[in-house]
Amino acid sequence: MKNRRLKDIRETYASKYGFSMPEKPILKAKRGLSEDVVRQISQSKGEPKWMLEYRLKALEAFNKKPMPMWGADLSKIDFQDIFYFVKPSDEEKRTWEDVPEEIKITFDRLGVPQAEREYLAGVKAQYDSEVAYSSLISDIEDKGVIFSSTDEALRKHPEIFKEYFGKVVPFADNKFSALNSAVWSGGSFVYVPKGVTVSRPLQAYFRINAQSMGQFERTLIIVEEGAFAHYVEGCTAPVYSSDSLHAAVVEVIVKPGARFRYTTIQNWSDNVYNLVTKRARVEKDAVMEWVDGNLGSKKTMKYPSCYLVGEGAKGEVLSIAYASKGQHQDAGGKMIHAAPNTSSRIISKSVSLRGGRTSYRGLVDITPAAPNSKSRVECDALILDPLSATDTFPTMRINESSANVEHEATVSKIGEEKLFYLTSRGLTESEAMSLIVSGFIEPIVKELPMEYAVELNRLIELEMEGSVG
Amino acid sequence: MKNSLEIENLRVTVDEKEILTGVDLKIKPKEVHALMGRNGSGKSTLAQTLMGNPIYKVVEGSAKIYGKEILNLEPTERAQLGLFLSFQYPSEIPGVRVYSYLRMLYNKSHEQKLSPKMFKELLQENMKLLEMDDSFADRFLNEGFSGGEKKRMEMLQMMMLEPKVVILDEVDSGLDIDAIKIVSKAVNNLMERNGTSVLLITHYSRILNHIKPDFVHIMLDGKIIKTGGEEVAQNLEEYGYSQAELVSPTVKDEE
Repeated sequence: MKNRRLKDIRETYASKYGFSMPEKPILKAKRGLSEDVVRQISQSKGEPKWMLEYRLKALEAFNKKPMPMWGADLSKIDFQDIFYFVKPSDEEKRTWEDVPEEIKITFDRLGVPQAEREYLAGVKAQYDSEVAYSSLISDIEDKGVIFSSTDEALRKHPEIFKEYFGKVVPFADNKFSALNSAVWSGGSFVYVPKGVTVSRPLQAYFRINAQSMGQFERTLIIVEEGAFAHYVEGCTAPVYSSDSLHAAVVEVIVKPGARFRYTTIQNWSDNVYNLVTKRARVEKDAVMEWVDGNLGSKKTMKYPSCYLVGEGAKGEVLSIAYASKGQHQDAGGKMIHAAPNTSSRIISKSVSLRGGRTSYRGLVDITPAAPNSKSRVECDALILDPLSATDTFPTMRINESSANVEHEATVSKIGEEKLFYLTSRGLTESEAMSLIVSGFIEPIVKELPMEYAVELNRLIELEMEGSVG
Repeated sequence: MKNSLEIENLRVTVDEKEILTGVDLKIKPKEVHALMGRNGSGKSTLAQTLMGNPIYKVVEGSAKIYGKEILNLEPTERAQLGLFLSFQYPSEIPGVRVYSYLRMLYNKSHEQKLSPKMFKELLQENMKLLEMDDSFADRFLNEGFSGGEKKRMEMLQMMMLEPKVVILDEVDSGLDIDAIKIVSKAVNNLMERNGTSVLLITHYSRILNHIKPDFVHIMLDGKIIKTGGEEVAQNLEEYGYSQAELVSPTVKDEE
């Protein structure tokens, strides 16, 4: 057909998120990675000695480890061209008025204060290396819930911190967990005491503002027995010509009978390498859900994992990846079954267009310690044009004979037939295509918090006038 | 008055093979024309070509909706001019809910926007007419629908869009007599309130008892070879196509 054109959802990025504010850091470490830079970070935060030593060991591990060669092409990353620490303000602010002007303008434009008023239990906004603002509604705080930056948690709750930090993701786990462990700064610390339900989401916003900036937030979440919480994070960055690096580590501990959901909508600009290690330890009868949306970035490598270590533990990954021109989303999930009667599910939906590439990479490991366990993996890919590609790398290790494992994968193209059907009803081709795409990812979008679902649909609906949804 | 649909010497190929070899047809506003013929005679090709399916290449001829040439237009534009094709095999669109889809279609095809409440009332009214359960609104478009449910879904879209010219491509195939009555009721209702013209493609005269044709055409080898009143369909029922096809000459112009 003539005039075939799906308006790319990335095209609206520059106007909506691509802006940048003048850099006014109060401290900016010199470009590149070295022991000096690591010491400077630790010193500026006034950290205990053990943390500095931990960072230095991690740096050594990072230097020794080779670049991973099995996923997205990372050969263009120049580790010496990146700024590892940009401190935007002197301390975390508790009231919005106290936040420095540039940062306030940024988060205003991203809709943060409005969202906070309307439906969140707590908010944290990280700008470059540190958290600039955080708040928590008082009745949640009264129940003993802690929601702060990870830096503050190290200062104020050293016992809890030391007990859990680096236990789920050891620094030497992989090259980027080592890098994060050496230069980490900011990130969220969440502690939900036994039996406490936090019904509204806790939300973190991550924003890279400085050019050639690396953001290495470190998130540590502990959900005590029988507790429930939902954490949501969103990430954006300005459109710069030079590349940025985001290498986060997220550690989650879900105690017996607890339930936790971690939702990410990653919408980095197309110059960001997004290399994140996310892992949860899931104990007896606990439930961990990762909802992972990857829309932005240049290359993403991210496989949220659940270590199902307690009997009856459940893990779930719902993943959406969207890759347009110049993007490679290498995403998926890992489920390690290490106890009896554990169950897991990975559902992955990917859309590639305009030469974008999506890869599903996943692992289901049913160990001999996990009799009567079951796992289901579904990965569906939608390819919108002949320039684009998708591939699937599922790994199954089944070492237990009573395991019940299912795997289903589909790849589809938007058929002329469906387009003709919908255009014959008066929809334009781009409306028809975006409708098909929205429908394709619907099973995951419906799991997102309302305002993210609306935003995602808005992005994908493009200039559609009608309401979908 | 202008013809609502006017086709002149339409020749169409698929994969280099000529399927329509010169179709002429004029439909006036509010008329019902039945188009009958054997499998492979070119009926569905005509329907798909008129709607603009890119698989079908127009070699020669013209087709006009209320005097406006449509063969150079995109399907979207043809729909916007008020043309509607009820598909013989509607596509399934997973993840797209009937309610929001129809809302979108409605808003695109009507100047006057409806409040959500008024839209819902209109939708329910039409669904009631088609004897569709309210739960259809929450299902995904055509996904997992039975053949009969898909046909009703086509009719529901038609009712919401309120087109000026409707082509029904074997809307009766696979339907039992009760379902045929329901579908016919919808078509008659639309014609009555909207002055819609209908080109009804069918194998069987059964549906013509419920949607009364003003003219019946018989197609053979990509041409209309016979035109008449209801008796043409009756003869067909009695003697079959081979007999009907022997009858000539063709009456092309019913003016």
